[in-house]
Amino acid sequence: MSKFLIPLGAFVLLAIVLAVGIKHSPEKGIIASPLLGKPAPAFTTTLLNDPGKTFDSAEFKGRWTLFNVWGTWCFECRNEHQALLDIAKRGEVRLVGLDWKDEDPTATDWIRQLGNPFDVIPTDHEGRIAIDWGVYGAPESFLVNPEGVVVHKFVGPLSLEAWQAEFLPLINKKS
Amino acid sequence: MLPELGHFALILAMLLAALQGFFGIAGPALGRDRWTAAVTPAVAGQFVMLATSVGCLIASFVDNDFSVLYIAENSNSALPLFYRVTAMWGAHEGSLLLWVFLLGCWTVAVAIGVSRLPHRFAARVLGVLGVVSFGFLLFMLVTSNPFVRLDPPAPDGRDLNPILQDPALAIHPPILYTGYVGFAVAFAFACAAMLEGRMDQMWARWTRPWTTAAWAFLSVGIALGSWWAYYELGWGGYWFWDPVENASFMPWLVGTALIHSLAVTDKRGLFKSWTLLLSILAFSLSLLGTFLVRSGVLVSVHSFAADPTRGIFILVFLCVMIGGALTLYAWRAPLLKSNAGFDLGARESFLLFNNILLVIAAATVLGGTLAPLISDTLGLGTLSVGTPYFNPTFMLSMLPLMALLSVGVHANWKRGRLSDSRRTLLITFIVAAVTAVILVYGVYSNGKVLSPVAATLGVWIILASLVDPIDRIRRKLTLSRSVIGMTVAHFGLGMFVISVTTVESFTIERDVALGPGQQTTLGNYEFRFQGVRAIEGPNYNGVEGTVVVTRHGVPTAVVYPQKRSYWVQHQVTTEASIEMHHGSNVFVALGDELGANKWSVRFQIRPLVNFLWLGAFIMALGGAIAATDRRYRLANKEAAAEGATLPGVAG
Repeated sequence: MSKFLIPLGAFVLLAIVLAVGIKHSPEKGIIASPLLGKPAPAFTTTLLNDPGKTFDSAEFKGRWTLFNVWGTWCFECRNEHQALLDIAKRGEVRLVGLDWKDEDPTATDWIRQLGNPFDVIPTDHEGRIAIDWGVYGAPESFLVNPEGVVVHKFVGPLSLEAWQAEFLPLINKKS
Repeated sequence: MLPELGHFALILAMLLAALQGFFGIAGPALGRDRWTAAVTPAVAGQFVMLATSVGCLIASFVDNDFSVLYIAENSNSALPLFYRVTAMWGAHEGSLLLWVFLLGCWTVAVAIGVSRLPHRFAARVLGVLGVVSFGFLLFMLVTSNPFVRLDPPAPDGRDLNPILQDPALAIHPPILYTGYVGFAVAFAFACAAMLEGRMDQMWARWTRPWTTAAWAFLSVGIALGSWWAYYELGWGGYWFWDPVENASFMPWLVGTALIHSLAVTDKRGLFKSWTLLLSILAFSLSLLGTFLVRSGVLVSVHSFAADPTRGIFILVFLCVMIGGALTLYAWRAPLLKSNAGFDLGARESFLLFNNILLVIAAATVLGGTLAPLISDTLGLGTLSVGTPYFNPTFMLSMLPLMALLSVGVHANWKRGRLSDSRRTLLITFIVAAVTAVILVYGVYSNGKVLSPVAATLGVWIILASLVDPIDRIRRKLTLSRSVIGMTVAHFGLGMFVISVTTVESFTIERDVALGPGQQTTLGNYEFRFQGVRAIEGPNYNGVEGTVVVTRHGVPTAVVYPQKRSYWVQHQVTTEASIEMHHGSNVFVALGDELGANKWSVRFQIRPLVNFLWLGAFIMALGGAIAATDRRYRLANKEAAAEGATLPGVAG
């Protein structure tokens, strides 16, 4: 009898390993950014709604900033948009939305249709700035403190719950 | 409207699958013949619903209905029609639908095939298949519904992942899944036998053709995937021991063991409980593969959409199906007794070693694939193993297997002594060794230590597999399809082994920076780079290089490697250019632009690499031939005749 139980026993062990694997996978899903604790990567680029003006990373200094990377070609960004509008309404931080690898007219339409949560929208047509920030895929969000240092990275669509759970404590602790 | 119809059909299919599972298992158990009789109509109804669902999704893809989220994420109006159809299985939700649909196809085929078998047994087989189908349909409807609407609709889609826009990869998933899912049939037969508490040689004969057919599909599916990786990913490799590849390879290894142990159970009534266990394991590994690929617990270059909630669902499903089947096994398998014995030199013992080595091979692959998870569970941090682990450990079980094959094919059932075929063995071995030495040291320059060993084994397998059939033909004896199929499959394996040996031993490659008009030499070939020009396709643009290939100054070919940039996903793909010449593959891939009109270009010469996939296809062909043997159809007829004589069972 006993030897016929061996396969079942082996499977139980395997199931435990898999269960632990699932428990840990959400943590693994977040790719820890080497940027954390370092100054925001420097860049200067034109603005979406006003190509005559530019945004410089030096402007991060002085206030808490949520730096969000998005694009009109990105579907999860559409899901995330309402959360960004809600966060903007709360007024705790300034929102800077990097329009990543996008066409200006499409992006302008998108903002006109869905509303504009951003205080300023720098553009990254070539995708160079996103590379410096280590962006894997949109949407990604970074929290930059008033010293211009990146303190948090969030991969995937942001929600109000995630904002309150992960971002707000950092802001309240340090300010 | 179409997406709602498809969604509704999917819900009905799930309900019918539940009925099929319930009636199929409860009917025979409680002896209610009316319940048992309801199984076949449920199978037919479920199939119609699944076909409707697939039809609706494909039609919506063809229509460019971007109000469906799945279509908006995986298609684009500029995508050619062929890929709009194949995009249906281009991502998680649709490939699950394909999976369930193919299970429906197998179930219908099984329902027709088992109609002559004892009807309670047939109902149990279909019932188990119904439970599997129900689990997957529930999973789809709860976590991965392909018909979810997007409001407001997207103006255009995000496009199909460009690396999937390729003919080989477009047909790779259906074929691979047909193999994966096909092992569900052997699983269902095993569960039905255990529920019945009875298993005999006829059982093995009924199960064999289904298992062999599934195995053949899986072989072709894996080979297509490997071929695609070779020319599309631009790295020039054919196997990467990636978790997703391993997920398909483990069921293949266990499935190979299963078709051999089924032969023993069929012919000699031995290995009964072992065959049952392998039937459960082959399908369990298919399910485990699905879990590993879909749950995101393992990171892979294939990077499918990963989602922990899906992982939890699949894990629960795994526990119900595999845990249930193994519990049934622990309960019922001790009742199965085999009284017959066999000699050490008999065919049975060679097939026993075949099984042990194949299962060890599958276990080493499983261990390597799960290494990151296991070390994480034990708190050792995430450890991952790669080719340096897989290649040697895999060879450790494969080399003895190859040697045993060449000896074992000559052995007789029950009473066998090696001395009977000593002369044949000696002659074929010497011929193989001489051929291998000529190949390794004569045709190609000296290789690694194992090159002559592996080459000898490859040639020996081919010779050994041909000896007996040729002998039978000479003595004007008939050859059954089983024997022809076996010979063809072993011949294919021999080709495969030779190819792996030459590719691993004698591949030469070089990456160089070349400007227009510049030339480089690799092996016997010279390559002149003529520069690049811009190209434009339906949904991409890119550059195409021109490289003139000569061999000792004699013009051989002009190749045009491409680098494409797909508009919507901003993804760059490499379309390597591959030329067959003197049995070698001359592989040219365009790398990056280095400025000043220079490009990095990768050149590879891989001897006999085409034999690798050809060998795999021939193995599958052998399986297809063996699966259609007359004996299996006769077995069904006999069962029908027997059933007719038993009162109360017929009808």
